[in-house]
Amino acid sequence: MKLHEYQAKSIFADAGIPVPDSRLATSVDEALDAVDEIGYPAAIKAQVHVGGRGKAGGIKIATDREEAEQYADEILGMDLKGYTVDQVLVEAGVDFVDELYVGVTMDRGEGKPVLMVSTEGGVNIEEVAEENPDAIAREHVDPAFGLHPYQARKVVYEAGVDADVALDVASILSTLYDLYEENDASEIEVNPVMITGDRDVVAADAVMNIDEDALFRQPDLAEMAEASYEDDLERKAGEYGFDYVRLSGNVGIIGNGAGLVMTTLDLVDYYGGAPANFLDIGGGAKAERVANALDMVFSDDNVDAVVFNIFGGITRGDEVAKGINEALEQFDEIPKKVVVRLAGTNAEEGMEILNTDLVEVEKTLEDAVQRAVANAEEVTQ
Amino acid sequence: MSIFVDDDTRVVVQGITGGEGKFHAGQMIEYGTNVVAGAVPGKGGQEVDGVPVYDTVDEAVDAEDADASVIFVPPAFAADAIFESLDTDLDLAVAITEGIPTQDMAKVNKRLSETDTRLIGPNCPGIITPGEAKLGILPGNIFSEGNVGLVSRSGTLTYQVVDNLTERGLGQSTAIGIGGDPIIGTSFVDALEAFEADPDTDAVVMCGEIGGEDEEQAARFIGEHMDTPVAGFIAGRTAPPGKRMGHAGAIVSGSGTGTAQSKIDALNDAGVPVGDTPEEVADHVEDFL
Repeated sequence: MKLHEYQAKSIFADAGIPVPDSRLATSVDEALDAVDEIGYPAAIKAQVHVGGRGKAGGIKIATDREEAEQYADEILGMDLKGYTVDQVLVEAGVDFVDELYVGVTMDRGEGKPVLMVSTEGGVNIEEVAEENPDAIAREHVDPAFGLHPYQARKVVYEAGVDADVALDVASILSTLYDLYEENDASEIEVNPVMITGDRDVVAADAVMNIDEDALFRQPDLAEMAEASYEDDLERKAGEYGFDYVRLSGNVGIIGNGAGLVMTTLDLVDYYGGAPANFLDIGGGAKAERVANALDMVFSDDNVDAVVFNIFGGITRGDEVAKGINEALEQFDEIPKKVVVRLAGTNAEEGMEILNTDLVEVEKTLEDAVQRAVANAEEVTQ
Repeated sequence: MSIFVDDDTRVVVQGITGGEGKFHAGQMIEYGTNVVAGAVPGKGGQEVDGVPVYDTVDEAVDAEDADASVIFVPPAFAADAIFESLDTDLDLAVAITEGIPTQDMAKVNKRLSETDTRLIGPNCPGIITPGEAKLGILPGNIFSEGNVGLVSRSGTLTYQVVDNLTERGLGQSTAIGIGGDPIIGTSFVDALEAFEADPDTDAVVMCGEIGGEDEEQAARFIGEHMDTPVAGFIAGRTAPPGKRMGHAGAIVSGSGTGTAQSKIDALNDAGVPVGDTPEEVADHVEDFL
């Protein structure tokens, strides 16, 4: 779960990390009130859950009131990679001479949190990691002990941070690690940390993502969770509680278990079709959930044909068949051809229940996918 | 023979009084697994399907000589349950629970490095040695006894591939689902190492998916240390970058690491044929034997 920059910065500020003076605004008038208090230059920053806001035109620096009004008006309401901007952070511009990158994340290979520091701040750190990996200093933290303060100092010195600000940067990094632990973050990143002409150190941006599996013990953060869906279908999937990813093809895919659904997508592609979505109904789905899944895929205008592939472990074939019948029997005419393949737990019972007037049935995954691809081709021809 | 579990494995089910725990304990018993105890705090003295329940894993070990656990405990308490298994020095702990906070698993991972207990999972379907023992939620009826080892990150994909194998009369020595989380106990390499050492495993199937670098590490291990032939399958070839495909671990990061192609290339370089379809995986195994 992603936090907005303003939410992360408020957590940073409460923990004593220096951040620029800022106000949140939801209208041009509020933005102007904010710049009147903060002064110029002021950054107007879109608060949406997308990366690369600056390049996409979501961050502008205003040097006077006229510009502030113009930029606030432009950014509020703008569409940023599919998200509508409904709030901006108005923030005091920082006069900086140097930029650093600092971050804390989980190194899954090591199974340990890792601190990262680079003097190549202000740019895409993934590009730095790829092109010049030595420019990022790393230090793993033993999760049983937590961070020893020397480790923050060590990684900062190792990165080559100027000696006169190194201890201030190490102190920020140390606090970030505490926040990482306390908040069950999956990632905290400040890019850039700005060093001013007066040699002050300021967190100019803030990325903080929270482990969704830990929200049960982070009630304050759970309240900040807001649906960040790229379109109405993803919103609907969120409401139904499905793992869903929309893609650009025309073969709708429903299945159980992430690995098998991914495999079904790959097979659609392999047999010359194009997957419209990833939809995992999860384990142990009952009839209603199955019907909801069909409703989801039918309401995607891009979908021309559907393949429904279940290999039951916890999921029972009879429940799936009931759900498919329920969903399809309400139509006078089935909107899109559905190919069903049931295997595993109670598959035979399911096949008996399934109303084969409404669906096409195949015995193997490969056959089911090929038939659905053919059905989709028929529609587009 | 087999790896990690067999006829002699004595199982304690942590969380046996919960819905999932009770149901699957029953299924495991029906399959022939020696389920000797349950462990649930506050439920000591009860019985579930004739299995005695103890308050702690320690008591279950003392009274019933359990040497392996299966964990069906809700995410908030699951790390604690895993620690209980590790600290009781069981040989094996299988954690089925999905949704354990990653920072909890980092702590578990640290403890794991200090004990001799093997952890499988979490967020996995478990392990089965056909005809002998099943620890987890895998549907026993699709498996058959044989000499093909199988290790997979995904549950239902395991079932699919096993089905393709069984249909052709290619039985399995042991099948393990290692789980789709970012931090897990037994890795591909651990399982491959055990299959290589097992005289009754004559071929191995490895099913990976996008995300992380475990498959690449496994490929290096196969190239350097394995004589037993391995066939591979990688799910997620069509997954777009930056989108999580269900499993917490299944994501191609923005910089292009963890892609299906890098995994397939690594496996091919190690001499492992990778099937385009599950059916093709079974073809390769048939060629090996």
